[in-house]
Amino acid sequence: MAIEVRIPTILRTYTAGAKQVEGSGGTLDELFKDLESRHPGLQARLIDDGGALRRFVNVYLNDEDVRFLAGLSTALKDGDAVTILPAVAGG
Amino acid sequence: MVIGVLTITRDLYDSIVRHAREDHPDEACGVIAGPAGSDRPERFIPMENAERSPTFYRFDSAEQLRVWRDMDDRDEEPVVIYHSHTATEAYPSRTDVSYASEPDAHYVLVSTRDPDTVEFRSYRILDGHVTEEDVGII
Repeated sequence: MAIEVRIPTILRTYTAGAKQVEGSGGTLDELFKDLESRHPGLQARLIDDGGALRRFVNVYLNDEDVRFLAGLSTALKDGDAVTILPAVAGG
Repeated sequence: MVIGVLTITRDLYDSIVRHAREDHPDEACGVIAGPAGSDRPERFIPMENAERSPTFYRFDSAEQLRVWRDMDDRDEEPVVIYHSHTATEAYPSRTDVSYASEPDAHYVLVSTRDPDTVEFRSYRILDGHVTEEDVGII
């Protein structure tokens, strides 16, 4: 099943410049694994060594921040749109 | 080495400083959008500091999604990303550098530590490297 994924500028080095790619998976975690198979290096920018979503990466399923859903276990279905945005933050 | 420059209108410059003063003693933050590829800041978008903190800022994630989508629909990009420091100089902190994520943006820092002096400086932050640039007000 196809899920549309929007890639931010800073991560487009992994997608040959593409703003949007397609992937598949029943959960967000599976989607990221699937993307990694075609865009090596991307997953490590999204998930930390402990297997958690990186703190300063925002991932949205349709309009909802996945932190308010089930994080990496969030269920996906065909036609969903996932948006990745680096958090804008600092001190 | 090429020295960069941020060219910004007096109006937008004043809007950033005003926002920073209003939110003091918390840090203020926001974006100025401009046509993609133009390097021209045009549309002032003050953002909520979700941290409401004098030492940290973070865009509210839902607001950021709305604003970034809106820019995308208008074929704009974040030309300027600004925030204030409330007690220290207008220079990127270590956290500013480590979280900088828009390689094409001018990172503007305003310090509100002195109510009578405006400190307004601009930087490029790329791969952990900070380069200050001139600010040209038009």
